[in-house]
Formats: sequence, structure tokens, C-alpha cells
Amino acid sequence: MIFKLVWENVRVRPVRTLLSILGIAIPVTLILILIGLSRGVLEDSAKRTEGVGADIIFRAPSSSLIGFNAAGLPARLVGALGREPHVVEATGVVNQPIAGGIDGVTGIDIAAFNRMSGGFTFLEGHTFEKPDDILIDQYYAAQSHVHAGSRLNVLNRNWNVAGVVEPGKLSHLFVQLPVLQDMVGAAGKVSQIYLKLDRADNTGRVVEDLKRKYAGYPIYSMKELVSLLSVNNIPVLRTFINVVIGVGVAIGFLTVASSMYMAVLQRTREIGILKSLGATKGFVVILILTEACLLGLGGTILGIAFSFGTKWIMGIFVPASLPQAIVPSRWPLAGMVALVAAVLGALYPALLAVRQDPIEALAYE
Amino acid sequence: MSSVIPEPVIRVRGLRKTYKTGKVSVEALRGVDLDVASSEFLSIVGPSGSGKSTLFHIIGGLTPPTAGEVVVAGKNVSTVGDAGRTELRRKQVSFVFQKFNLLPNLTARDNIRTALYISGLPTDNFDPAFRNILDLLGISERLDHRPSEMSGGEQQRVAIARALATKPGILLADEPTGNLDSRNSLAVLNLLRDLNARLNQTILMITHNVEAAAFGHRTVHMGDGRIVETTVSKLNAG
Repeated sequence: MIFKLVWENVRVRPVRTLLSILGIAIPVTLILILIGLSRGVLEDSAKRTEGVGADIIFRAPSSSLIGFNAAGLPARLVGALGREPHVVEATGVVNQPIAGGIDGVTGIDIAAFNRMSGGFTFLEGHTFEKPDDILIDQYYAAQSHVHAGSRLNVLNRNWNVAGVVEPGKLSHLFVQLPVLQDMVGAAGKVSQIYLKLDRADNTGRVVEDLKRKYAGYPIYSMKELVSLLSVNNIPVLRTFINVVIGVGVAIGFLTVASSMYMAVLQRTREIGILKSLGATKGFVVILILTEACLLGLGGTILGIAFSFGTKWIMGIFVPASLPQAIVPSRWPLAGMVALVAAVLGALYPALLAVRQDPIEALAYE
Repeated sequence: MSSVIPEPVIRVRGLRKTYKTGKVSVEALRGVDLDVASSEFLSIVGPSGSGKSTLFHIIGGLTPPTAGEVVVAGKNVSTVGDAGRTELRRKQVSFVFQKFNLLPNLTARDNIRTALYISGLPTDNFDPAFRNILDLLGISERLDHRPSEMSGGEQQRVAIARALATKPGILLADEPTGNLDSRNSLAVLNLLRDLNARLNQTILMITHNVEAAAFGHRTVHMGDGRIVETTVSKLNAG
């Protein structure tokens, strides 16, 4: 019966109901977008890292797990590492951030990179022929609306898009290693070095040997690196997400509080009627909190639907820069945020309703 | 002024009620004594401000008295707290109001079911006795309509049905014909008298209308917060 009362209340006031649900859906969507983007970017990064085909990554001391690191390793290390036992291929790359750091261009030794990764699959155009040639992956081509033969301004230089390749290999944009080294003043240096081994099951042993020989250098197996690319391993990101969740609770709380406050005022007479019928304080509180929970549930469902919408929109406009993942594992969290916000927001209006004098409530016009 | 009646279902002694608005105190009741017998149909009349609504609200447990003793169906309303008065409304008394006070979003059936639910009674099916009451009230065919789809007379009959659904010991009717035309007023008054006669339902009815008051067994006249006269209705006198 309580649900019937609640359902009729939300049904007969569709505008208020819709606005309340929207108000709750917004923070739910924000949370799911943020978590989805964090995970999507990291998963995309991990997938592209795996696409290199290497078994080990060798990085400069004090370089960051995420983001773009300056070229801090001497390029001669590439040759030295290539001569280590079990190493059959070594290649160094230079990373340089663009577009405010969201994306980056990577300088590669195309011959060594092809041997390690199996080579690019060209969807359009051809490989490097001239120093100003750039290769871009399909996502970046779609995002920038360019094709093979187009001109593309990156790092204040007009590049010739030589080819569009299938995504999934380290980066979205590739130029020739010496060209990028010259451009960023990193001649003779690389950002990181990838190693391919004769057999994958030698990886652990080789990593240990290299750590002993090159103490202080971060050296990871690619499996280890990929596993580190998760939200939980990046404290700053985790903190940021928690802050956004807090903001989400606040927005949801304010939305529901104002909505339920209005609802309680609008229903003063109805609450008086219920009290005249003998409704207890608990009954009135449960009635209002149930309505808040229903709004919270609606907001959660709409927020989840919106997150599919934002994924679709970002997939059209920024597929390379902001790959958003759908995160069903976080739906319960988003739902809890919505429910907590809704219940907190409804508590004060519920207490107001409980305190209403039934005689005054019945006289309310 | 009080009437001595054996085994009263309502017993009021020295009832006083003072409302405070800021620094101003208003004495709504200034010492009321009243007994109402079980199965009695009592009318309360008086001008606005005479205290009849306040008396009604205290007997119905909607507000506590300031002083005096009020015992309703064995429960001392003057000593119980808010929870006790809520229980009184849930189990012993029911209201019928001038403005009907049906829940506007619910059908007549759901209005009745809500009252049953709050009283902790089964809501799925109405028992045969209550179905007879619905027939008597002439609303059996209107149960799936919302208040906005019904005439004033129909709404008031639904309100009476809702009030009787929980089988209360006492029915409190506050100007039940105040919003009705003369034809519907007469129908509602006849229904109340019928319910009193057939079901032995104790009824207290507030009214401005002396003719309406005559439908009760007795009429209590109030003025200035006191009972000034009690008369036996001519309809019942002989």
C-alpha cells in the first residue's frame, strides 16, 4: 500500500518527478563517466602497450607510470640491452605530449618497431617516406577528420599524413624517431626501451638480471606494467574519483532535498489526512523515504543510460583521446551514491512532515 | 452542562484548551463536561469560535487538552502522548470532514484500502458487512474512480465509507454537509442516521445547521467555549 501511495504521488506529478530524477541522474552520470574514462584510458593505454609486442619495458629512473615521460635514457642503451642474453630485439621510442597532454606523438625506429610488433596494418596510405611524414591510427583519423595525404598540425609543425593504420600499437600518432628527437631537443636519447625475448617464459629471469645490472632503472615485464595500469594503482586518480563521488552525493542531496521539501509542502494536506487516519510518524517517514528511494532508483537507471550516451558521443568526437569504458561493476556504487543522496535529501522534509500539526495540515489550502 | 448517561463511550470533565499565538493566549474551551453513550448520535452546534471544532479535535485525538479529563473508548486522551492519540485515531475514532479530505491521487477503493492498511487490517478484499455498507452508501460502482471524477455527494459518501471501513467505535463528522447542496446534504444526513440505527454506530456531528442537528438524538449547543444547552431532538423525542 505504501508503494501504491508513493507511486501515485510520483505519477501524478510527472514534471517534478522527472526533474528530481534528472537531478539525481546527473551526478550518477558524472561518476560513471569519470570512472569509465579513467578505466577506458588506462585500458586503451594497456592495450596499446601490449600491441608493441615486447616482453619487457625499460624506463628512465623517476619516470611516471602514466603520462608522457621526457626522453631521459641514452639511446646507446638500446644497443647494449639488445645484446643482453635472450633479448632478440630492442627498440627505443620517444614520447612527446600534445593537445594538453591527453594525447601524444611517438617517435619510432620503424624497422625495429615493425620487427617487434609485427608491423602496422595500413587502412590508408603507406609507411614513412619523408621526414615530415606522420602515421596516425584510425581513431585519431576519425577524431581529426583527416586521411592519408591530408596535412596535420602537430607540435607546431605541418605533417603529411602518410598513412592511417589500425589502432592498438603503442600510440595514436607516429613519426620517425630521429625527427622527433631533433624537434624536442632529445638527440641521442629515448623515453623508454622495449625488449623482445627469444621466449616469453624467460621474462622473469631476464627482468631480474637486468634489475641487478641496471639498478635504479624501473624495469617491468609487460604483463606487470599492464596490471599496474589500473585506477587502484594510481592514488591521485582514486582521490579525484572520490572527490567527484562526494560532489555527486552533494548534488543529489540538494536536488532531492529541494524536491522533497516542495513535495512535502505540496502534500501538507495529504499528510494531515494520513495522520487523521492514524498514520504514525514512522509511516509518514517511510512514505517519504520510499519516494526518495524511488527517485534515487530512477536517477540511477537514467544515469546509467546517460553513460551509454556519453560513450557513444565520445566515440564519435574524441575516440582516440577519451575512450570511455562502460563500467557495470561500478553501477552499484553509483546506485548507492544516488540512494544515499536521495535519503539524506529526504530526511529533513520527512522530519518536517512528521512534525506537522494534523489540524493545521488539514486546514492547509 | 453535562448529561448523565450510563456507560458513556466518551466522558469529558472540566476540559479546557488554550491556544498560544506568540504572546496572545486564546481560550477555546473553558470547562466542558460531556458524556456520550455508545450508539448515540450526538449533534454539536454553535457559532464560529464557540469551541465545537476544538472539542471535536480533542475527542478525536488530533490535539491534546490543556486541562481536564477526556476518556474516549476507555482511553484517557488527556494523559496519553502523541503515540497514544495516534493509536486512538487508528483504532477507535474515524473522521468525516466538511472538505471530504480524500487522498486526491487515489481511487475511492485505494482511499479505503489506505485507511485499512494504516489500521493494520487486511486490504485485499472488503468483508461482506463492509460491502453492504458500500451498497447502502451507493458507491459500490464508483470505487475505481478518483475524487476528481466524483460529485461532492459521492466524495462525501466515500469519505464516510473510508471512516467506517476500520469499524471505529466512534465516527466524528465535522460539518459533513457543509460543502453539499441540499439534496446531497439530506442524503448524507439520512445515511448517517441509517448507519447509527443499523450498525449502532456512535456518531458525533458538528454542524452549523439546526435542521441537520435534528438528525441526532441529542444536540449540544456551544457558545464561548462552553456547553450552554443540551436538547433532545424532536425527531427522537416522541
